[in-house]
Formats: sequence, C-alpha cells, structure tokens
Amino acid sequence: MAAKTLTIDGHLVSARPGAMLLETIREAGITIPTLCHLDGLSDVGACRLCLVEIEGQRRLQPACMTTVSEGMVVHTNTPRLRSYRRQIVELLFAERNHVCAVCVASGNCELQRLAALVGMDHVRYEYMSVAYPVDISHPRFGIDHNRCVLCTRCVRACDEIEGVHTWDVSGRGIDSRVITDMNQPWGTSTTCTSCGKCQLACPTGAIFPRGVTVGERPHASERIALIVEARKQRW
Amino acid sequence: MSRLRIATIWLGGCSGCHMSLLDLDEWLIELAARAELVYSPIADTKHFPPDVDITLIEGAIANDEHLELARTARRHSKIIVSFGDCAVTGNVTALRNPLGPSQNVLQQVYIEHSDPGGVIPYEPGIVPVLLDKVVPVHQVIPVDYYLSGCPPSAPRIRALLESLIEGREVAVDVRFG
Repeated sequence: MAAKTLTIDGHLVSARPGAMLLETIREAGITIPTLCHLDGLSDVGACRLCLVEIEGQRRLQPACMTTVSEGMVVHTNTPRLRSYRRQIVELLFAERNHVCAVCVASGNCELQRLAALVGMDHVRYEYMSVAYPVDISHPRFGIDHNRCVLCTRCVRACDEIEGVHTWDVSGRGIDSRVITDMNQPWGTSTTCTSCGKCQLACPTGAIFPRGVTVGERPHASERIALIVEARKQRW
Repeated sequence: MSRLRIATIWLGGCSGCHMSLLDLDEWLIELAARAELVYSPIADTKHFPPDVDITLIEGAIANDEHLELARTARRHSKIIVSFGDCAVTGNVTALRNPLGPSQNVLQQVYIEHSDPGGVIPYEPGIVPVLLDKVVPVHQVIPVDYYLSGCPPSAPRIRALLESLIEGREVAVDVRFG
C-alpha cells in the first residue's frame, strides 16, 4: 500500500498506512506532550494531552488514538491547544497531592516535566487537598495514591507485558483509584509476581521501590519498550 | 537613577528561599548598588513601608498574620513575586490540608501525637491563629510573577531580579521541587 502524505504544522510528512498520528508527529521531530501513552503499551487516550486540531474536523482528536489519512492537515501547537494542555496539567496538580519537594520521583517525574513544558508557573484552581491512602503492604514496592494521575500505565504494563492483571481501576470519575486484585492491600495479592513493571511504567512517584527517599526513584519507563522489543527477537 | 526599593517577606515557609537569596554571594553587593532592601526578615525594620517596587514573598498563607502581611505588601508594592514553591503551590506548608480544619491539625499534633499530652496553644494577639486551609499567595492577593523551586536556585533568583530591575521582559522558567 502506498504511503500516506499529510501536513503537520505546515510540513509535508509521509507515514505508512495505519500509522498512528502520535508516532508520525514524533518521527517528524515535533514535540508533543503525552502522559498516558507509553511506548510498548496499548493506547487509551485518557490524558488528552496529545490532542491536536485536524482541519475539517470540529472536535479535537487525541493523536495517540488517531490513524493517519491521506491529505490530513494537522496542527499540534495552536494557542487553543496550548491553553487546554496547561489547563489539563493544572487540574492534575489540583486534584491530588503532588508535592515535588517531598516526592521520590522529583527530578525524574513526567508530571513535573510536563508542568515545565506547558509553562504552568502556578495552578489557577483551588487544590482539592483530599487525603489518599498509601499502601506499603508489599515487601518490595509501595503505592502512594496522592501522587497517582490515573494514567493506567501500571494496569496496562501488568496486563499486557507481565500477563497478570493484578492492577485495575475501581470507582468512577474523581473517586477512581487503581487497585490490586479485589481491592485489597497489595501485599496480600495472590496474583502479583513482584516483577516491578508497574513501577517502571509509573510516570510519577505513585509506585515506587520501598526504601527510596526524595528524588531517588529513577525514571525507567523506557524499559517497558525494551522488554517488548526483546521479546520480539526469537532465537 | 534612584535605587529601587525591594522588600522580602517570610510567611509559611522554612526560610530556605531566603537562604537561596543569600546564596547570591557577591552579586548581592552589585544588587545593593541598584536596589535598597527596605523590609525583610534579614533587615532591621518593624513595619512594611510604603512605595515598594518589588516584593518577594516566601511561604504560603497559613495563619492570620500571613494574610494581613500579604495584603499590606500588595497595597504597598508595584510588583509581587511568589517566591518559591510554598508561595506558589502551598508545598510542604500545605501538607496539613488533607488532615482537615486547623482544630483537627492542632489536636493531632499537640494532643494525639504528643507525649506526654500537651496543650493546644491559645494566646490571642501573641500566637497567630492558623487558617483552616493553607493556600498559595495568589489565592489571597494578585501576584505578578511566579518563581517555582524548593528553593529556587540563586542563578534563577538573579535572572528574575535582573530582568525586573532592568525593566526587561520577564521569562521565568518553571521548576517545581
């Protein structure tokens, strides 16, 4: 099949048929923020940070869930998109208790980097300041729900890469929470293999190895893609 | 050219941002040639003066005294800078918010987690009264610039002050934590 030709931010770009817009944008060297996307995992279009404007379409579309098509004209960085992206990041900071100064992931955190990328110099919304639990019942890892952004990367890494599906999401809307097994303490999970892929996939300091303190949790989400790539090689 | 009048105030924070300001070392001597420090925890003045050009506010709004000083500073200053993460987000000072209103916080700190059992301080007019919720500075007064960081590094403080003093366009980078 012939390659698709589309226009992204005024540049002509070609992509293979069936390619997703997000990878095409990135291959063209254009920076676009994402949070719920992680190379190696399926996409869910949850965070809305990669929304783009497509000419002829009234609705904004998430680049990670949109397939390229011939003649598509895409804008990735308009004032409207920049304003929405900043708003999204502000709402994430306002919803739970993200305190970079006391976080294990500080300096290695995707949310912290996003704040800088979208120019969020302050949060215009009132902080919700709701107390969320911290579960350190697992011998090797902990989860601090105060720092969770509900990207579900842990859920997908556990299901798709480890093949276990210990993690899932309970509740709706603002009451949503990632849970282990039947909403029980992580340490009592009978399915968890303690592989740590959830911890690798986590963009913030929500899931962390026990024993690390401020700024000590390295960012290692790219290892998920390495694992997927390594498994493709058959000897 | 007359020297600019600069003030700094220390609200609900650890003074780390002021330490970072002092970390500007010899540049402070250059700054002194161009600006005068008219009110600060590191200057010997009792009252916030009128006609201030730039006020840096360290710390979140945690009690009634902070609220009053922030409002006074706003009335008397041309430019207000939220100086550091506590001023910008509430940060560590606001970690008490999920515990509930101030009485719950005081109860937990002074009674429940105190050994032996303590008393909740109550000295009207002497000990400032805690607000029920710690809030960032921009929730109580309009703020002109935000300098994130815990603390903001000395070079970032210098970059902001230099552009303000020289009347250049201020481009503050964002760096929480």
